[in-house]
Amino acid sequence: MEPSSVVETPSPTVSQRDQWIVESQVFQIYQLFSTIPPNAQSLMLELQRDKHIEYLSKGLRHLGSAFSVLDANRPWLCYWIIHAIALLGETIDDDLEDNTVDFLNRCQDPNGGFAGGPGQMPHLATTYASVNTLITLGGDKALASINRDKLYGFMRRMKQPNGGFRMHDEGEIDVRACYTAISVASVLNILDDELIKNVGDFILSCQTYEGGIAGEPGSEAHGGYTFCGLAAMILIGEANRLDLPRLLDWVVFRQGKECGFQGRTNKLVDGCYSFWQGGAVALLQRLQSVIEEQMVEASQSFTKSDAPDEKESSAGTSSHATSRIRREGISESCSSDVKNIGLNFINEWRESEPLFHSIALQQYILLCAQEQEGGLRDKPGKRRDHYHSCYCLSGLSLCQYSWSKRPDSPPLPKVVMGPYSNLLEPIHPLFNVVLERYREAHEFFSGL
Amino acid sequence: MAGKIEDESNDRVPLRLRPEWSDVTPIPQNNGPNPVVPINYSEEFSEVMDYFRAVYFANELSSRALSLTAEAISLNAGNYTVWHFRRSLLESLKVDLHVEREFVERVASGNSKNYQIWHHRRWVAEKLGLEARNSELEFTKKILSIDAKHYHAWSHRQWVLQTLGGWEDELNYCSELLAEDIFNNSAWNQRYFVITRSPFLGGIKAMRESEVLYTIEAIISYPENESSWRYLRGLYKDEATLYVNDTQVSSVCLKILRTKSNYLFALSTLLDLICLGYQPNEDFRDAIEALRTSDNEEQDSDIARTICSILEQVDPIRVNYWVWRKSRLPQAA
Ligand SMILES: [Zn+2]
Repeated sequence: MEPSSVVETPSPTVSQRDQWIVESQVFQIYQLFSTIPPNAQSLMLELQRDKHIEYLSKGLRHLGSAFSVLDANRPWLCYWIIHAIALLGETIDDDLEDNTVDFLNRCQDPNGGFAGGPGQMPHLATTYASVNTLITLGGDKALASINRDKLYGFMRRMKQPNGGFRMHDEGEIDVRACYTAISVASVLNILDDELIKNVGDFILSCQTYEGGIAGEPGSEAHGGYTFCGLAAMILIGEANRLDLPRLLDWVVFRQGKECGFQGRTNKLVDGCYSFWQGGAVALLQRLQSVIEEQMVEASQSFTKSDAPDEKESSAGTSSHATSRIRREGISESCSSDVKNIGLNFINEWRESEPLFHSIALQQYILLCAQEQEGGLRDKPGKRRDHYHSCYCLSGLSLCQYSWSKRPDSPPLPKVVMGPYSNLLEPIHPLFNVVLERYREAHEFFSGL
Repeated sequence: MAGKIEDESNDRVPLRLRPEWSDVTPIPQNNGPNPVVPINYSEEFSEVMDYFRAVYFANELSSRALSLTAEAISLNAGNYTVWHFRRSLLESLKVDLHVEREFVERVASGNSKNYQIWHHRRWVAEKLGLEARNSELEFTKKILSIDAKHYHAWSHRQWVLQTLGGWEDELNYCSELLAEDIFNNSAWNQRYFVITRSPFLGGIKAMRESEVLYTIEAIISYPENESSWRYLRGLYKDEATLYVNDTQVSSVCLKILRTKSNYLFALSTLLDLICLGYQPNEDFRDAIEALRTSDNEEQDSDIARTICSILEQVDPIRVNYWVWRKSRLPQAA
């Protein structure tokens, strides 16, 4: 920045140029915002609820031919739309609700799992989307329509010896598959030792030198996989095996001066990472004591090992070794404890401060990701879509409740950016379903 | 003929008019009377999928089924069921997989950002074995020349290296990409992959010294580049003591701090070092002192606290994180 340090200005690299273009677009919006009168500002910050509902509901009833490329993702479309509507505190008409249950039932495979559309093969990601949609709809009919026994069989067939899961028969193995399997199994109360076995090893092998988590061992740390990996590790009670201080450091650095999150180091800001990265920080906010423990351990491992010949063993492996012991202690009583992790996560909630910049992120979502005509998007210049609408709103909800005493206690007006009517429903951050619907589902499935 | 994408021109003959399909009864999608998220399929899309269902449900392992999967993929490359069926067709019909590779390449040229294309490509390469090595490395190189951070392309390339080999030139390739764009974090990640896993380089211990030099040079040229700082830290993964004791690390921090510009990562790195037990000397204290702004910072004898306070100021987007770090500093020695 300082002219004195620049001898000759090399031409900017692709990363720099792309970054500067986006920065200038975003700052233009913030600049405009700062110059307009307060009443115009609060108008600009207003969540266009009716417009969003209109856009979302329309997609539920009709999609143009361009959506053919999502023909193997239709349960995802259901989830993105119905979850976004639920976040906005609305419900869909009874007939649409029935039609959704009926449609997803046609995607359900007789041998377990949900497919991307009727007549397709079952797939773990669309299973996650279908189950989350049915939980969001709620009610006995929707919840009872899930064939848990068959679904469990499907998940066992997808389970790999290395601990990971395949997305579908002969499909790819990655951290997404692990999360979608574990999340579904957890919320449906069918998580057991067989499904959990070695999955922690697989996810651990995907944490990179940067601190974040990649899709496969060796790949680059990425927001989507980081959320998936961390949430899955929490759900199986093995989060303490990850290097959490490095994970936290990586993820908080993904929030940039554009105020939103990027997916990877030196990539561009994108509204959907409001949930993937914001969600990962929100989860870490609940793991503070474990992070502290790991930090203390790391600082002590040095002071203890002043003798040079000792240094490798103690600094290199000590933290790893202790977490392993701790984990083995837990895993003895695993089955019963693990089944309640999702619920305990909510019940053991304590008031704390967010570790990311919640207000800034809300600003990005409302001013840069929101389309005034309805729907939300990646960034200015991009077009709205259902995926980004879902994940921008999910991220916004996380921000609004990030200071709350209880996961669902109404936040103070000052922490909700824009008019208080912007307030969304709270979510369960491990599953990304509206909290109240999670509770209903948990009760339903724990009684089965 | 197998594996050819039909021309997208208007002279496409509908399947129902093609004599070779006359014996097949298409199966419409079981969408129900009132489907949600209904897609207004084009006539062509519906017809192709209706015929696809007919052959798929009948498990018809024929060459006409194979060309039909190509049509279906050209309409929606994200349909994993179609790809899956295509693989069983390729196997049972013993199709030349070199031809299949070209097919994947054509599909990828339209849109390469879906899981199915890459999963399929991996399957083909696995079947072809060693002979596929160069073509796969070239293919990913081509994709990466257009989008140097393409996640799937990098994953595929790593799989090729690990399964089929070809490591010899990979470090050079990373250097080339980083010379073009030092901010390309994917190239840094690949570099880490190579130095830690290449069978020719002796692993991270053998590479550390030269990599530290390379990285420090990159940091000095662009101290605002987070990628190089994270890479530097990565070179000491699970070696905290080595990290803290290596004067090259602390020196580069000091050097950047003294320039008083773009010092965010130098400062946060120094904080990490101190948290791990590093004892900064007077030079560091002076450099930190010089960064303090007079306005509102509390006087503090603890250098780690001072660093956190500066970070709160100069890195306001992470203010909560720095406040939190400040409240969790290890007991000063
Ligand atoms: Zn996005």
